[in-house]
Amino acid sequence: MKTYLLPSLKLTGILILICSVIYPLLVYLVSLATPGHGNGNKLMENGVVIGYENIGQKFTDERYFQGRPSAVDYNAAGSAGSNKGPSNAEYLAGVKARIDTFLIHNPGIQAADIPADLVTASGSGLDPNISVQAARVQIARIAKLRGKSEKELNALVDRMIEHPLLGLFGPEKINVLKLNIALTKI
Amino acid sequence: MNTELIGVIATFLITVALAIPFGKYIARVFKGEKTLLDFLAPLETRILKLCGIDPGRQMNWKQHLLALLAINMLWFVYAFIMLLTQGSLFLNPDGNPSMSPDLSFNTAISFMVNCNLQHYSGETGLTYLTQLAVITFLQFVSAATGIAALIVVFNAMREKATEGLGNFFDIFLKSLTRILLPVSFILAIILVFNGTPAGFEGKDTITTLQGDTVQVSRGPAAGMIAIKHLGTNGGGWFGANSAHPLENPNYLTNMVEMIAQVLIPIALIFAMGFYLNRKKMAYVIFGVMTLGMLTLLIPTLIAESNGNPAIAHMGISQATGSMEGKEVRFGPKASAYWSIVTTVISTGSVNSMHDSSMPVSGTMQLLGMMTNAFYGGCGVGILNYYIFIIIAVFISGLMVGRTPEFLGRKIEAREMKIATLIALLHPFLILVGTAISSFVYTKDPSVGWLNNPGYHGFSEMLYEYTSSAANNGSGFEGLGDNNWFWNITTGFVLILGRFLPIIGPVAIAGILANKKYVPESAGTLRTDTGTFGIMTYAVIMIIAALAFFPALVLGPLAEYFNLYHV
Amino acid sequence: MNAMSNKSLFQKELVSEALKQSFIKLNPQRMIKNPVMFTVEIGTFVMLIVTVYILINHDASQGSFAYNLCILFILLLTLLFANFAEAIAEARGKAQAESLRKTREETPAKLIQPVGELYLNEIKTVSSSELRKGDVFLCVAGDTIPTDGEIIEGLATIDESAITGESAPVIREAGGDKSSVTGGTKVLSDKIKVKVTTEPGESFLDKMIALVEGASRQKTPNEIALTILLAGFTLVFIIVCVTLKPFADYANTPITIAALISLFVCLIPTTIGGLLSAIGIAGMDRALRANVITKSGKAVETAGDIDVLLLDKTGTITIGNRKATGFFPVQDLGEAQFIKACVLSSLADETPEGKSIIELAGNAASNLSVENPLYIKFTAETRCSGIDYDGGKTRIRKGAFDAIRNITEKAGHEFPLPIKLKVKEIAENGGTPLVVSQNEKVIGVIELQDIIKPGIKERFDRLRKMGVKTVMVTGDNPLTAKFIAEKAGVDDFIAEAKPEDKMNYIKKEQQLGKLVAMMGDGTNDAPALAQADVGVAMNSGTQAAKEAGNMVDLDNDPTKLIEIVEIGKQLLITRGTLTTFSIANDVAKYFAIVPALFIASIPALQGLNIMRLKSPESAILSAVIFNAIIIPILIPLALRGVEYKPIGASALLRRNLLIYGLGGVIVPFIGIKLIDMLVGLFF
Repeated sequence: MKTYLLPSLKLTGILILICSVIYPLLVYLVSLATPGHGNGNKLMENGVVIGYENIGQKFTDERYFQGRPSAVDYNAAGSAGSNKGPSNAEYLAGVKARIDTFLIHNPGIQAADIPADLVTASGSGLDPNISVQAARVQIARIAKLRGKSEKELNALVDRMIEHPLLGLFGPEKINVLKLNIALTKI
Repeated sequence: MNTELIGVIATFLITVALAIPFGKYIARVFKGEKTLLDFLAPLETRILKLCGIDPGRQMNWKQHLLALLAINMLWFVYAFIMLLTQGSLFLNPDGNPSMSPDLSFNTAISFMVNCNLQHYSGETGLTYLTQLAVITFLQFVSAATGIAALIVVFNAMREKATEGLGNFFDIFLKSLTRILLPVSFILAIILVFNGTPAGFEGKDTITTLQGDTVQVSRGPAAGMIAIKHLGTNGGGWFGANSAHPLENPNYLTNMVEMIAQVLIPIALIFAMGFYLNRKKMAYVIFGVMTLGMLTLLIPTLIAESNGNPAIAHMGISQATGSMEGKEVRFGPKASAYWSIVTTVISTGSVNSMHDSSMPVSGTMQLLGMMTNAFYGGCGVGILNYYIFIIIAVFISGLMVGRTPEFLGRKIEAREMKIATLIALLHPFLILVGTAISSFVYTKDPSVGWLNNPGYHGFSEMLYEYTSSAANNGSGFEGLGDNNWFWNITTGFVLILGRFLPIIGPVAIAGILANKKYVPESAGTLRTDTGTFGIMTYAVIMIIAALAFFPALVLGPLAEYFNLYHV
Repeated sequence: MNAMSNKSLFQKELVSEALKQSFIKLNPQRMIKNPVMFTVEIGTFVMLIVTVYILINHDASQGSFAYNLCILFILLLTLLFANFAEAIAEARGKAQAESLRKTREETPAKLIQPVGELYLNEIKTVSSSELRKGDVFLCVAGDTIPTDGEIIEGLATIDESAITGESAPVIREAGGDKSSVTGGTKVLSDKIKVKVTTEPGESFLDKMIALVEGASRQKTPNEIALTILLAGFTLVFIIVCVTLKPFADYANTPITIAALISLFVCLIPTTIGGLLSAIGIAGMDRALRANVITKSGKAVETAGDIDVLLLDKTGTITIGNRKATGFFPVQDLGEAQFIKACVLSSLADETPEGKSIIELAGNAASNLSVENPLYIKFTAETRCSGIDYDGGKTRIRKGAFDAIRNITEKAGHEFPLPIKLKVKEIAENGGTPLVVSQNEKVIGVIELQDIIKPGIKERFDRLRKMGVKTVMVTGDNPLTAKFIAEKAGVDDFIAEAKPEDKMNYIKKEQQLGKLVAMMGDGTNDAPALAQADVGVAMNSGTQAAKEAGNMVDLDNDPTKLIEIVEIGKQLLITRGTLTTFSIANDVAKYFAIVPALFIASIPALQGLNIMRLKSPESAILSAVIFNAIIIPILIPLALRGVEYKPIGASALLRRNLLIYGLGGVIVPFIGIKLIDMLVGLFF
């Protein structure tokens, strides 16, 4: 083994230079050509950053469309899911509580109308999206609080639907932050 | 057919369509035939010369293993020291602390062995320096180690194989320069153009639309995320791994990352066909592995699409399936596919939290790691499969009345001893590890490891050791694993689970290469037929099922029956 | 002895002996040789302690006394069944060997005592067991030959039926390839002096007896490899069962010791573990039943792997001798006249060829006689034979082409071209031309042909399907050899073969990695027999040949190799299929036992009880009962061997995988369910 140690040591040194210095620097240089200049795509409003396109935000204010429950409370310094097992009684009680809360804040809505993504925590805790149904089920509440017509909001939601990739791959979804920005503009 | 399912099917088909030409390319690289990247040859020669390595010096199987172990040992020492001192080193804009000795031990091993079990969260546990100089570095070289070990076995499987099986350092370096680095670079470019960060600016602080102030972790992640998948490493830049919206911003990157992680494992199967000129054998192996993957995938897809019955019980519509721990942009089907792909190969990156998967999915994820040979890790997948082939050849050789032989070489007691030991090792590591942790936990539940009670809690422990032994790296992440017990025990499981399954097949192949080559005759049992493929499949399934069935019954299966049948 | 092989597998006296042995074999020192069954024995012992403990302390936490006693009893039964399998195989072999040994035990021998340098005929009658290697004894008509040896003087007809079952007596004489005699055979006529070639207890037969009795049976490499695999499986299940305890503690599920041991015993491959040595012994026993004595079990196994088979043409592929098949006279001679000449020249010819000429002539040959015939015998010098009559006026000769040509050309006659062409044609068609001349003038040619044994082509086809290449060895010229090779369907031939050619051919094939088998009888075959991977010596062959080979065929049947190859394959197949069956059984056993273990504290697991077994106790009992009785049920299969079908390796694998793999998964589900219906009445 000894005969291999010295060559290994030298090779390791050279490879650290290649894999950990040259390679990430090359990627960084290319990233400067991207819209976010390699620091993630930001959403600007009047020259002020109000968020990252891909990072979900917390909306406790009832006049906004709300995103999914988050295990990290949308604090993007970290990220995590709840890691609750499907049969965990405490977890199921939590889901039940979310449903009940939602029903209280959204009178007239039946439990069967609530899509699962609205009462379950996302994997990252930073999920920027909700399902289309999750937006629709909140329209009545927001329309009432903001004094807009439901039809108007329905049209807004329709406009904000992000379609599957190439129309073929993946689910339909809505970016909550973008939807809320659009909401503030009408 | 819905777009989620089409997305999954398309992802798989694109993977295969890319893997075949890529496999051919890999075979050409190691055969020394002309390829597109030959302009790198002078650079490679220079590097080897600088290191004092003569690429023409052939090594036998023992020398290969010694070289492999020597260089890995160096990496471990290097990584351990770096992690232990990262807090006081440069490139630490977020001011993260150094790791504790036990966590450094676990993390250094985990990345050296291509497992990437993470008992820390990337945002707070590492600095940009260690993310690049330790994590990214080890992700490259551990993948190259796996490929190099496999190429040594390929060399030994050739008809005219002799003592000399190539030069380890030469093969290892070519794996990096010709395969891992260029493809990773392409992947990283795709990622940065979709919003994955690559800059060095540190955490950002923003005021949200609602007016809250939050911080956003960033960093030079794109390059690392590329090799994390291409090298079947799986360790994420961020804590939530590829569920994190910066690590995996949209459905396109999700497809790219899913393709990237299976690309090399599948391409290496075809590479074997081209390299040994045994294409039919490669197709049969690919068929068996795909069958195995589908056996695990289909129940998972169904279970995740149907959602959680306990939540359905509350009257909630689960039209989109089970959503706990999943991201809306991927949906349950792509998450189910990812969770199986990442467990059958040894990536262990996740785009949904496995801890929150349905019990059937959890069973399948565990089985993916327990079998650990359906595609399998970068290079090591085929090495694991090789052990099962040896056992299948032995039993089926007997069944047709011939002393068993594989590719013209007789399988005798010595090879069977090694193969049996390696096959035995996996259940041993997993079951004994889980037994010890169950024992400790039962004695003193106040250690507070488990995030979930009952059977699911047991599954968390079982999953952690399975993931370690299979060098997978995913987890039922609810487990409180950053403490000396888990750091040390899984650390040892990781080392044994990595190196013995490399040493075993290389030794068997090396020993076989030194045996007399017996040309195939009409009485020879061909190993490139569907029948033999089914035999191998049965051996893999039965060994996994037989050894792990009781453990699975007490974990996810008990949870399943309680959730669905009460 | 041949009659014995037709008798049933379980003869009364064998069974009672085997039963006795089953208990004797419980001795742990003997059990440890079989790691799988040894762990069962340990489990049984633990159960014994548990049962006694319950009896004394009336502790109900481990289940009822009756239940534990049942488990203990069944485990013990499992051990006894496995031992019985081995014992019955040994007993059968022993019985077989015994009947051979009986024939020569304590035979009186007429030892010729050496006095000084010379052998004086001073004869002392001693017991056969006192004969040592190098002793010389005398045998006269009516004597039983006391031991193996080589004739050094004389010639005798010998009845070998005691060993071969063949009633026709054979001739043995000093010198040459037919000089060896076997102990136990009987001299029918004449007198011979025989030199003893083996020490007592070391003859071939003694070795074989030791082998089938298991005393000196060494595991073959293949058996060792399988034992390693089975030990591996056993270890896995030790881990599974040991770790199950803390798992169950975590889940708050108490597991009884009886249940844990039952699970373990059911999971480890007891079926194959119990039958493994029986299969090996039975393989050699089958060889013995085919009248082949093997030096080691390995030789039988190797036979199954044979790639190349060297066979002598004469006696194996063709019926011993050539036969006349056609008369071709010169143009100006009538056929009847030619036949007459041929018959006349063969009247005194005692060779099979000569006789066949008269046979072919049929009616034309009857009543032919001449006055004052002078028969000319065949000599190596003239290389022709014939007859002179009419006081030497008519001289008929028949012989090889160049011999007759010499005669005619010496007399100044020309050799007719049509006959020359005919000679060539006959040779090309694999025949032997016999030219006939009258008064030094060629009058025609007789065609002699090799007659290929009926059914031999089919046997070669069968061998080809097994993947065995057949090679014919003959002294014929290449042209003839090629013709016969094609007609008989062999794959290759060695023409004009000299002994060293065989040797070189074997070495050449072995260098390519092939395994070669050959049969031989002569002393000059010995090196090749030793070189071959499987060398089968004829029992009639020389002692040197017998020593060099690793098998002896008592029947002297050259086609026996085919049977030996099949026996070898059967041996491996039986091991492979029963291993597969044993492992496949585990699936059903799991579904019987695992729900039973946990159902009390996790009622939802009733969903796993897909066989709907009545209670946890009955489920566990049913599984262990099935596990035990499957061993005796499979004993006949283990002893007879799984049939070998030459349908190609992949097809055979598919077939055996379906029968023993899939069957192995399904059968126990049915078996356990049926047993449960019965056991469920009590538990």
